[in-house]
Amino acid sequence: MRHTLAVLVENNPGVLARVSSLFSRRGYNIDSLAVGRTDDPAVSRMTIVVEGDARVLEQVNKQLHKLVDIIKISDITADEFVDRELVLIKVNADPSIRGEVMQIADVFRARIVDLGQNTITLECTGNGGKVNAFEEAVKPYCIKELVRTGKIAMWRGAKYTGFPGSSNKTNKEDE
Amino acid sequence: MKITAAEALVRCLENEQVEVVFGYPGGAILPVYDMLYDSGMRHVLARHEQGAVHAADGYARVSGRVGVCMATSGPGATNLVTGIANAYMDSVPMVLFTGQVPTTMVGTDSFQEVDITGISMPVTKHNYLIKEARQLPQIIKNAFHIASTGRPGPVLIDIPKDVAESEIYFEYPSQVKLWGYSPTYRGHPQKINEAVSAIQQSKRPVIYAGGGILNSGALEDLRNFAEIINAPVTNTFMGLSSFSGSHPLYLGMLGLHGSRYANRAISECDLLIALGARFDDRVTGKIAEFAPHAKVIHADIDPAEIGKNVLVDIPIVGDVKRILRAFNARLEPRENKEWVETVQQWKKDYPVTYKQDDNMLKPQYVIEKIYEHTGGNATIATDVGQHQMWVAQFYSFNRPRGLVSSGGLGCMGFGLPSAMGAQIGIPGEQVALVTSEGSFQMTMQEMATIVEQNLPVKIFILNNDSLGMVRQLQEVYCNKRYMATNLKFVPDFEVFARAYGVSAFSASSNEEVDKVVPEAFNTPGPVVVNCKVHQDENVTPMVLAGKGISNAIDV
Ligand SMILES: Cc1ncc(C[n+]2csc(CCOP(=O)(O)OP(=O)(O)O)c2C)c(N)n1
Repeated sequence: MRHTLAVLVENNPGVLARVSSLFSRRGYNIDSLAVGRTDDPAVSRMTIVVEGDARVLEQVNKQLHKLVDIIKISDITADEFVDRELVLIKVNADPSIRGEVMQIADVFRARIVDLGQNTITLECTGNGGKVNAFEEAVKPYCIKELVRTGKIAMWRGAKYTGFPGSSNKTNKEDE
Repeated sequence: MKITAAEALVRCLENEQVEVVFGYPGGAILPVYDMLYDSGMRHVLARHEQGAVHAADGYARVSGRVGVCMATSGPGATNLVTGIANAYMDSVPMVLFTGQVPTTMVGTDSFQEVDITGISMPVTKHNYLIKEARQLPQIIKNAFHIASTGRPGPVLIDIPKDVAESEIYFEYPSQVKLWGYSPTYRGHPQKINEAVSAIQQSKRPVIYAGGGILNSGALEDLRNFAEIINAPVTNTFMGLSSFSGSHPLYLGMLGLHGSRYANRAISECDLLIALGARFDDRVTGKIAEFAPHAKVIHADIDPAEIGKNVLVDIPIVGDVKRILRAFNARLEPRENKEWVETVQQWKKDYPVTYKQDDNMLKPQYVIEKIYEHTGGNATIATDVGQHQMWVAQFYSFNRPRGLVSSGGLGCMGFGLPSAMGAQIGIPGEQVALVTSEGSFQMTMQEMATIVEQNLPVKIFILNNDSLGMVRQLQEVYCNKRYMATNLKFVPDFEVFARAYGVSAFSASSNEEVDKVVPEAFNTPGPVVVNCKVHQDENVTPMVLAGKGISNAIDV
């Protein structure tokens, strides 16, 4: 099963290398890893998508915890969360077929970010499924270049229930 | 007043009450050595960085303190790597300082530059490259804390030369600053209750105790625990010396070369109580056949060890000492009479022995004599191989932390330097090294350090002219095709010893051993004893690869 981990780390040099070397050395499969700083410049947040059964995930979680730079790990897979990925795609599109491509872009609410003589570059944001679908849709126009950011994710805010204090659930282990 | 970061480093060591630094100098670490010159700090100059790091390791193992080691950039740093990995595998607290090329040159493949933080990442508990001098005191504070708390381990600090030379206002921080690092010490009360009731219900419990007992100083609590519930105790290799070898409940070591009775007790128990141990493959053999009838309680400070290799029924994360105290406070005494008697019978039925031979000296005999002479109260360092397993089988430890040996990494060459560090850690006490000619030749240059530091280590070389353990593997798995395991040339170790001005003896029969062992221990200063032992002797019993531990064979 695919799990999405939200990992807060101290923004120290080498922290990304520590995390990625841990995954490769212990043979865990990363689907994607996205990292950037949070509102606190000393803290970065990684969104790691990892494939594995419950036992593997438990080990991933525990081994990550052993890294001194890791502040907090939350497996948000089971919770309500929003996730986004961004893709930039450059496709062949001479003026005769530009209209078609732009129509597809419209359907996916993708934006045109650059026009070349025979190319068109599109930007699309959404969850992984939408980005995949968009990629499939433009494939026939011959993709010249494609880059995806990897997924970033966040819990949804607490649903308004009228009770104060009903808050986000965290999966942080208490042991 | 401003001081250089190099001087601040020495101040930090003083603040951490470091009494000795093991190291080897060089260009990039020059500023630090220059500051050591004026300090009162004891520096032990090894003859190879691997010697320095193993010595710091041996020192840490016997004393329970953080071992400190220094080396220069490039080759100095890479020479440390084996020793760091060794300390990491065996959870030994250590702080290592390496010099680095100046920050302006980092990343340019300059002379003696190597990315030691990158190289050591998978074998350190944590490491640092200091980029700004003012960070140094806090980093050192953190490093000592990380190395010595939770599951101990080595921490490396890489210091570029220009950083060491920069001036800073020095004040030693009173607190560590680490956001995410906080080991759990107190066992979860609910899990403790579950464990206690499982223990009360069990009829055939076995305690499987590892190195965590030594690290947490839980020896007395372990003995009380075993006596309250009358459960037999078996040790992992790393756990040896955590339970008295002469205690009636003691089963010796389990696993691949473990005693048959320990392995049988594991195979037939209904409750396995794992304390500060990690279900290493050399312990479990085929996992599916390990403790097949048992409920498993696993207590360890490192949550990642729990559930890693075997499924656990009652996990308890915490300090083993605190957990044992919580157990002992809640438990009613139990007799487990039938079980204890059964296990005692197994001890009689399958003793750990070897066959004497009138014409040849058996290596086990030498170890028995060392045991008899020291009463099990000496600290024994070993190298890696058959002799190491024979020490585990035939030396019965009565001194806590009495074994200094490379368990997890199985690192030949650990013996002599670690014995040297151990002797520095416990100056008035008896330290002996049991080694063999293969391992000894890997780090025997440290003889010079032993002499220079006047360390009265008694060195017994069980000389079988072969890389015995691998030779044994070739006998069992490769149809006696002895490839590269017979040493066709072995130096004369008596002459070698004399070249260092060290007393030397030799023995090639039981009678000579009877005479030489007391003589060696009664001779002041370091001593080398070259014991010419039978080459074909095997470590037995042995569990073959892929088999369960109840299926040991005699080899
Ligand atoms: C650094 C290193 N290289 C290789 C090995 C593989 N190895 C394990 S035991 C052994 C033989 C050890 O021979 P010796 O030190 O003579 O001890 P003996 O087994 O004869 O007692 C070897 C080569 C090792 N453990 N460590």
